[in-house]
Amino acid sequence: MEAQHEHQFKVIGTRPIRHDGVDKVTGRARYGADITLPGLLHGKVLRSPRPHARIKSIETSEAQALPGVKAVVTGADFPEIEPGMLQIGENFVNPRHLAANIMARDKVLYDGHAVAAVAATSPHVAEEALKLIRVEYEPLPFVQNVLEAMRDNAVILHPDLRTAGVDAGDDTETNIANHIQFSRGDLAAGFAAAEMVIEREFDTSMVHQGYIEPHNAVAQYNQDDKATVWVSTQGPFAVRELCGTMLQINPGDIKVVPAEIGGGFGGKTTVYLEPVALLLSKLTGRPVKMVMSRSEVLRATGPTPGSHIRAKIGVNLEGKITAAELQLSFEAGAFPGSPVAAGCMTVLAPYDLENFQIDGYDVVLNKPKTCAYRAPGATNPALAAETILDEMAERLGLDPLEIRRINGAKEGTAQPAGPQFKRIGYLETVEAIHNSEHYQSPPPQSANGKLRGRGVATGFWFNAAFQSSATVSINTDGSANVVTGSPDIGGSRASCAMIAAEVLGLRSEDMHPVVADTESIGHTDTTGGSRVTFATGLAVYEAAQDAVGQLKQRAATVWKVKPEDVTYQDGVLSCLTNGHESLSLKEIAPKFPRAGGPVMGRASVRPRGVGPAFAAHVVDVEIDPETGKVDILRYTAAQDVGKAVHPSYVEGQIQGGVAQGVGWALNEEYFYAEDGTMRNTGFLDYRMPTCLDLPMIETILVEVANPGHPIGIRGVGEVPIIPPPAAIANAIYRATGVRMTELPMSPARVAKAILEKNGA
Amino acid sequence: MKKVHVQTTVNGEETEFLCEPRQSLLEVLRDVVGYTGTKEGCLTGDCGACSVIMDGRPTDSCLVLGVEAEGKDITTVEGLADGDTLHPLQKKFLEHAALQCGICTPGFLVTSKALLDRNPNPTEHEIRYALAGNLCRCTGYDKIVRAVQDAAAEMQGR
Repeated sequence: MEAQHEHQFKVIGTRPIRHDGVDKVTGRARYGADITLPGLLHGKVLRSPRPHARIKSIETSEAQALPGVKAVVTGADFPEIEPGMLQIGENFVNPRHLAANIMARDKVLYDGHAVAAVAATSPHVAEEALKLIRVEYEPLPFVQNVLEAMRDNAVILHPDLRTAGVDAGDDTETNIANHIQFSRGDLAAGFAAAEMVIEREFDTSMVHQGYIEPHNAVAQYNQDDKATVWVSTQGPFAVRELCGTMLQINPGDIKVVPAEIGGGFGGKTTVYLEPVALLLSKLTGRPVKMVMSRSEVLRATGPTPGSHIRAKIGVNLEGKITAAELQLSFEAGAFPGSPVAAGCMTVLAPYDLENFQIDGYDVVLNKPKTCAYRAPGATNPALAAETILDEMAERLGLDPLEIRRINGAKEGTAQPAGPQFKRIGYLETVEAIHNSEHYQSPPPQSANGKLRGRGVATGFWFNAAFQSSATVSINTDGSANVVTGSPDIGGSRASCAMIAAEVLGLRSEDMHPVVADTESIGHTDTTGGSRVTFATGLAVYEAAQDAVGQLKQRAATVWKVKPEDVTYQDGVLSCLTNGHESLSLKEIAPKFPRAGGPVMGRASVRPRGVGPAFAAHVVDVEIDPETGKVDILRYTAAQDVGKAVHPSYVEGQIQGGVAQGVGWALNEEYFYAEDGTMRNTGFLDYRMPTCLDLPMIETILVEVANPGHPIGIRGVGEVPIIPPPAAIANAIYRATGVRMTELPMSPARVAKAILEKNGA
Repeated sequence: MKKVHVQTTVNGEETEFLCEPRQSLLEVLRDVVGYTGTKEGCLTGDCGACSVIMDGRPTDSCLVLGVEAEGKDITTVEGLADGDTLHPLQKKFLEHAALQCGICTPGFLVTSKALLDRNPNPTEHEIRYALAGNLCRCTGYDKIVRAVQDAAAEMQGR
């Protein structure tokens, strides 16, 4: 496929108003929690107050007897699920583990683990009923530190767990679910050739996606064993599949209607409430609505792992990396499945390396099961690699962007995971930051007792493709309906509509984009992996082309000529062979009944031409050495975005990713008390950036077209979260002389590091 | 639980409802009166998704009881547009792409309106200060602040 050139686009690259915009600024948009049905019951979940315990008994009769309570369920009411492996988009799911996470069976494995659920006539009655359920626990020792969990004599979460991967075959009890390894070249020779070797250890804390909308589900289980679920999810088809598996019913008998979704960032790609609401609805014959509290979201849905990282990197005098050796140990949470493999494959991907070995360990411990979060696995180790490179550049007297240029990956460079890059824009992105007004301005100078500094960092993310379906139908007024199965988290209705409009030669406003339920569109994988505008957009592109082909046939029938004799441009059909007057879509649409029928283009895709994304960021910080508080003075993010379909929403993805990265860097962490319970289960203490914490976030869109896509589109959503912690750590160093190796770089940690450096 | 009769004004309409004393204004607005544009994000007053304007002040409706609405004047996001004309803030949020998922948007809009009602010409810092009780996880706030600046300018005829 040849990428088109910019001047050919009429709609792509413009900034129309999004189609769902008015609904969202008037309060009309219907999110999952806004849905109500006649006879609706309200469900609530009882959660474990202990990090690790055997459930000896659960007594529910008192709760059952409370007026207004219609059903109470525990793990015993759910089907027994056999272990196995389901691939749901980019996630691999062991259904037995998923079932145990949705409702604990014999053991609770973390503070917040679900143990029972109630359906009642109001949420308040359901909450009262929870207090009447008596659970007898036998407390077990617990482990919440990844290094402790990896030790030989560690507390074991799953006695049947054995290490897969490199160490497979060892039949001893363990918390290490997987040990993976990527390597190339000769590590010893590489380090021998180095002039300088830096080795350091890093720790990062578990953090949450922090979407503002709590998880929700409304389920109606009918007497004919067919069911409907309305839910704010990134993956309606995944919800259908997982609910079918959890309840042992045919997925096709479940219709999942994607409600508007109030943020996901990867966290709404699995199921928590949906199977519970379905079972409660089945037992009561009434629709059941469940909405989590914020504390439930933090305690019991999937954050991204905390981690321990050892990194050893060698460079020669020219600044070329000669060898790199990393060990990444990731907290999977209570069940296996952290994104440590992605961490291993991304951490050094911006660089052209001859010799490396990267080991990854997926470790279970007594914290909630982790889930995807924006470029899952990549941000943690980027802190290590990108701060060590900064230190090397400084010691070698190189500009920190220069060491990236010297080692930077380009077309033909082999990734750590093996495959060679096609056309990528890493060096262009580094160059864009170098040439930015921000980077060219003098670095901020410390003054008035405040320490100031500037840091840079870069990042890589694969982006994903998976499967998508789309239809494009022409309406009688010449407008078009664009139907996909991809929930719209941040403007993808607009980008899909713009792609259809581009192909049809119409305006974005002439499109009616729809996110359909699982019975109204072909299979479409989860919104995630920065894939929607790329892959669902490609399905829309092909469906619109299919519609154009049909339009030519209709016109040929009207004019009694061959379809090849018809051209289509800018929404107008013209005849090449005789003097027929050209027809607009509005003019031909009424003729469809006598010219071959309605026009409905369709396509389903499983694209191969994914274009990876690269980011380069620069940040200026100011530190109060008394308190250790870090303020962001200025932030600029450059990114290779392929072709920006709607530049405002591309900028928005970058700005949002940066803001999350700043929170991860400075404030956010899962804090567990000595008794193993999470202590910061609200937004007051789980402190995400407010608008007072951030400056404007400047963006530079570098458009290196993806050769694997007809419009040149690359995914854009995930990579911007990767550089911020490292860029800020590097800026803190330049300001204070202190190398931070632990996230978050909270005021207490920064103040302590400054005091220690000053010998206090 | 015995319900209480409450008489209030919502979006300029005289409104009466029955609610339990334990129900928050947020719950009443959403589940009793039917204004679901006001969102629940935390129920602890930390995120601002449930913001309404009560007697001219931006208020977290999750921290107010339904019975406290007696005699009050309440504006929700549903009350911002004037018939078929969007409020300048709504228009500017769309033009600036100041929303992604949209769940925090109603709260930002009503809080911004309360700000511009009392300070028609705020500085960037004043905007950020006024909106610091509203969390957005998608946008990084940049486009929200610009939309409020632009709406203020338009409303001032600049």
